[in-house]
Amino acid sequence: MTPRYDDLTAMSADEVVTHSYVRDIRLWSGKTLALVTLDNDRDHTRPSTLGPVTLIELGEVLDAQAARAAAGEIQAVAVTGKPYILAAGADLSKIDDIPSRDVAKQLAQLGHEVLGKLDSLGAPSFVFVNGLALGGGLEIALNANYRTIDRGVPAIALPEVFLGIIPGWGGAWLLPNLIGIENALKVIIENPLKNNRTLKGQDAFELGIADAIFDSANFLEDSLRWADGVISGSVTVKRPNEPGKLERAVKWDAAVGIARKMLENRIGTVAKSPYAALDLLKAAKNTDRSTGFAAEDDALADLIAGDQFKASIYAFNLVQKRAKRPAGAPDKKLAKPVTKVGVIGAGLMASQFALLFVRRLKVPVVITDLDQARVDKGVAYIHGEIDTLLTKGRINGDESNRLKALVTGTTDKSLFADADWVIEAVFEELSVKQDVFAEIEKYVSDTAVLATNTSSLSVEQIGAKLAHPERLVGFHFFNPVAVMPLVEVVNQPATDEATLSTAMVVAAQLYKNAVITTDTPGFVVNRILAKLLGEAMHAVDTGTPFEVVNGAIAPFGLPMTPFELLELVGLKVGAHVLDTHHAAFPDRFFDSANLHALAEHGQVFERDAKGRVKGFDRKAVAIVKGGTSPMTAEEILRRVEDGLADEIHRMLEENVVAAPEDIDLCLILGAGWPFQMGGATPYLDRVGASHRAFGGTFHTPLIRGLAS
Amino acid sequence: MAERAEVVFVDGVRTPFGRAGEKGMYWQTRADDLIVKAMIGLLERNPNVPKDRIDEVAIAATTQTGDQGLTLGRTAALLAGLPKSVPGYAIERMCAGAMTAVTTTAGAIAFGAYDLAIAGGVEHMGRHPMGFGADPNPRFMAEKLVSADALNMGNTAERIHDRFPLLTKERADRFAFGSQRKTAEAYAAGKIQPDLIAVATRNANGWGLATADEGPRPETTMEGLAGLRTPFRAHGRVTAGNSSGLNDGATASLLASADAAKEFGLTTKMRLVSFAFAGVEPEIMGIGPVPSTEKALRKAGLTIADIGLFELNEAFAVQVLSLLDHFGIDDEDPRVNMWGGAIAVGHPLASSGVRLMIQLAAQFEEHPEVRYGLTAMCVGLGQGGSVIWENPHFTGKSKARKAK
Repeated sequence: MTPRYDDLTAMSADEVVTHSYVRDIRLWSGKTLALVTLDNDRDHTRPSTLGPVTLIELGEVLDAQAARAAAGEIQAVAVTGKPYILAAGADLSKIDDIPSRDVAKQLAQLGHEVLGKLDSLGAPSFVFVNGLALGGGLEIALNANYRTIDRGVPAIALPEVFLGIIPGWGGAWLLPNLIGIENALKVIIENPLKNNRTLKGQDAFELGIADAIFDSANFLEDSLRWADGVISGSVTVKRPNEPGKLERAVKWDAAVGIARKMLENRIGTVAKSPYAALDLLKAAKNTDRSTGFAAEDDALADLIAGDQFKASIYAFNLVQKRAKRPAGAPDKKLAKPVTKVGVIGAGLMASQFALLFVRRLKVPVVITDLDQARVDKGVAYIHGEIDTLLTKGRINGDESNRLKALVTGTTDKSLFADADWVIEAVFEELSVKQDVFAEIEKYVSDTAVLATNTSSLSVEQIGAKLAHPERLVGFHFFNPVAVMPLVEVVNQPATDEATLSTAMVVAAQLYKNAVITTDTPGFVVNRILAKLLGEAMHAVDTGTPFEVVNGAIAPFGLPMTPFELLELVGLKVGAHVLDTHHAAFPDRFFDSANLHALAEHGQVFERDAKGRVKGFDRKAVAIVKGGTSPMTAEEILRRVEDGLADEIHRMLEENVVAAPEDIDLCLILGAGWPFQMGGATPYLDRVGASHRAFGGTFHTPLIRGLAS
Repeated sequence: MAERAEVVFVDGVRTPFGRAGEKGMYWQTRADDLIVKAMIGLLERNPNVPKDRIDEVAIAATTQTGDQGLTLGRTAALLAGLPKSVPGYAIERMCAGAMTAVTTTAGAIAFGAYDLAIAGGVEHMGRHPMGFGADPNPRFMAEKLVSADALNMGNTAERIHDRFPLLTKERADRFAFGSQRKTAEAYAAGKIQPDLIAVATRNANGWGLATADEGPRPETTMEGLAGLRTPFRAHGRVTAGNSSGLNDGATASLLASADAAKEFGLTTKMRLVSFAFAGVEPEIMGIGPVPSTEKALRKAGLTIADIGLFELNEAFAVQVLSLLDHFGIDDEDPRVNMWGGAIAVGHPLASSGVRLMIQLAAQFEEHPEVRYGLTAMCVGLGQGGSVIWENPHFTGKSKARKAK
C-alpha cells in the first residue's frame, strides 16, 4: 500500500481491526477458491467495521490472491463475514477523527482502491452476504463480480445519506448500474430518509443486489456450490434489473428528476447529502467506473469535511446511545412492577394509550370515563384497532384474543384498585385533572403510580389534591402516540425515585425513548416550539407577510414550515400553547390575538382537493392585516436563532434537562428536527447564535466541519 | 388395524467425520447444526419426499445435553425447515443410537404406523466426551454389578484379548492397517464421497469447508502401529492405532414403507430383513454383536453363509475379529468392511450405525450377486446390535425368500 495513506493509518492506532483471514476451499469441481473471512475477533455484539488499517490489510490479502490467481493456484476468490455479520460499514469513530478534507478524501480513495481490487483479481470474485451489511459493508459486495445472500439477513442498507454523507466506496456508481436507477434511488436516498429503513435478505435479492439467495442453515455450503457452478459454467447469472440502453436513454434522467422534486417537497434543500447522492446517481448513467469513483471521492470528502456530517454523527450517537441510557434515570431496580394499567378517559387519546399499553405490556388495561356509552365506544375502538392488526397480519389470532381480553372498560372506579399504573388523558384543565386524580386515589393503592399526559400544566399542581403526590409523574407523549418515539418524563418536585424509575422503565417497555425534564412550562419540546411559533406569529402580527415568515427559517431545514406545523397541531392548540408560555414567561414569549382569530377561522393555507397547499388563505391574510412594522426574512431568522439559543441556555441554567444533548434528543425524536442541525444546539453554535445570545457556546469544541 | 408393511432404506447421507477436540474441524460447529445439515442434505437429495408426510424424526446422541439436548429429533426437524406438523424424538443407546433410530422407526413402519421416517444420529465427542457428566449409580460398584473396567471401553477391548488368546495384537494391528488401506482406496476410487454432505467449518483462520473425513491416516504402516502406546494397560494390546478415534459427525437416513416408496417414486437402496439387539457382560462389551447377529439371523431364517457383505463397526479391531473368529470368517475376507471402517474414518458414537448402512447400500448396488448384508456394532455397557438387509439389486438365481 502506498505511503499516501500514512495520515489515515496514523490516526488509527486504536482501530478495532477487522482481519481478512484466508482459507483455501477445494470445490466439488476440483477448482480452488480462496475464501476471505472478515472477522474482528469479537462476538456478534461488536460488528466488524472497516477502518483504514482493516482496509489496508484487506488490500494486501486481495493482492496476494491476485498473485495466486495469476500463478494458477486459485480459480476464484470469495469474501464473507463472521457469523451474522458481513460488515457494519465504515468505522464511524474513525471518520469522526478525520482532521482535514485531504484525509477525508484519502479515506474515500483507500476504500475505492481496496474494494476495487475485487474487480481486478484475474479471477472471478464473489461476496457471500452472510449477515448484516451496511454502508461500506454492502459496498464490498457491490464491488465484487457476484453476490449471494442469506435469506435470514436482518439488515442490508446504504445508510450514508441518513448520516450526512454518500456511499463513497463505489456504492453510488455501482448500485444503479447493477439494479437500475429507480431501485438505486430507493436504496441510497429514499430508505435512509425513511427513518433509515433497511432491507431484508429477500428484499435485497429481489432488487437485484444479490444474484442468488440461500437459506441460513446451509448458506455458506450452498454459496460455495453456486460459486463452483458459476466458475465452471454450469450456472448462468441473470440480472433482470441491470439497466439496459432503453433505461439509460429514457428512464434514468426522468427518475432522478422525479426523485429531486420529491426531495425538495419533503425535506427542502438544506440537507446536502441527499442532493450529492442524487448528482452521483444521475452521473452514473453514462460515466465509467473510474470516473464515477473519482466523483464519489470528491463528494465524500466535501461532506465529511462539512458541518452537516459532524452534526449528523452527533445526532446519530444521541439517538443510538444517549437515548438508550437516559441522563438522570434512577436505578432500574427501583422500578415498581406494572401488572395492570388504568386509563382515565376513553376518548381518542386515552384509547390510543390503552392500545399502546396493552400491546407492549400485555397486562390488563382498564379504561373509564363519565358514562358507559363513552367507555363502550373506547373499548370498541381499541378492539377495532386490534382487529386491524390481525387483518394486516401483524399479530395472529391467539394474540388478538389475548389482547382483546386484556382490555376492559368500566364506570366503576373500584376496578382500578389493583392497577399499579394509572394514566389520565382527560381535558387539559388543571381543576379537572386535579379532581380526577384525587378521586382515583380513593381506590388505588398508596404506591400505584399516577401519570399525567399534560403538555402545558404544572404537574406539581395537578397533584395538589393528592395524599401521596410522590407517586405522581408527568408522562408526555407526542402525536401520533403509536409513532412518535419520544416521551418527556416530568420529574415534579415531589416525585420519588421509585416512581421516576417506574416511568423510565415503562417508557422503555413501550419502545419509547424517555427524557427526564423538570416540571417547567412546556417541558422541552413545546417550550422550544412555542418560542419558534411565537416569533413567527409575532412577525405576522407586526405586519410581515405570511410568505416571508413562512420561508424565513428555511435555512434550518425543518420538516415543516411554522404555519404548516401550526395547522398540523391545530390552530387552537397552538394558540393555547402560546398563551400558556406567554403567561409563564411574558417578557420572552409572544401570545397572539391573531392566532386565536385564525383558529376561529380554521385555516391558514388554501389547499386543493388533495390537501396540497396552493397558497395562503385569503381570509386568513385579511385577519392578520394591520401590522405596521414588517420584518425581513433575515431579521426573523436572526430573532429565532438568537431567541432559541437564549431560551435553551436558560433551560440548561434552570436544569430543565441534564445537558444540551437532551434538548437536541427531544427535538430530534419529538419534533423531527433534522440530523444535519444536530437537533438545535450544534446549529445554533455554528451560526453564531449562541455567542450572540449568551456569549458562549453549547459545545466545546464546536460540532462543526473541518473546512471552516 | 394398521396395515403391516415392508420397510425399505431409501437413502442415507452423513457429514464428513471430524477429529474431536480443539484442533478438530468441527470444534466451532454445533452438534445440532451437524445433524441439521445432514438432514437438509438428505432431503435435497430426495426432492420427491413430501415433507409433510414424514411421520417421525428420530435422532440419536449419547450425551443428550447442551447442543445435543432438547429432544434432538424435534429440534433438528424444526431447524431443518420441516413442517411443524412433523414430530420427532431423541434416542440413546450409546454407540448404537442411529442404528436404534433406524430399527425403532422401522418397527413403526412395519407395524403400519408410519409411512416415512428420518432416522439418524450425531455425536460431537469434542464437546461431549463419552460419559461426561454421567453419574453412575454407586450400586454398580458396591454390589459389584459391573466392574470399573466396564466403563472404560479400551479396557473392555483388552478383556477380549484376554478371553481369546488367539486374538493377538499383531492380528489387531493388521486389521487396523487394512482398514486404513481400504479407506484410502475407497476414497481414491470416489466410493465414499457421494454420500458426504459438505459442512461449513470455522476456525481462527475463518470459514472453511469440510468435504472429507478428517480421521483417516493413509500413511499408516505395520511398523508404526507396532510402536504405539497401549494406554489402557502397560504392555497391553489396544492402541490408538487399532481402535476407532474420538470423533464428531452426524448421519441421517430416510426409511419408508415399500408402498410409500413406490407412491412417491423414491429409491429403494435396501430392504430390511431383520434386526436384533443382545446383551453381554459389560466388561467385554465388544463381543456384543455375536449374540445379536445370531439372533437376527435366526429371526430372518438365515445363516451366516447367506450374508454376502458385512459392515461391522470397528470400535476396536479386536472386537471385530472376535466376531469373525466366532463365525469362522477370515481376518481379510473381502466381504468384510470393503471400504475400511471406523478405525480409519472415525466413530462419532451415536451416528455410526447409519454410516454402516450408507456404505452397505452403496456396496449392494455394486454387487448385484449379493443378496444379504449385515450391519452390526458393539455397544458400551455390554450390548450388540445387528441389522440384516436384502439387496434390491440382487440378480442371482436363488429366490429362497419371497418378498412378502
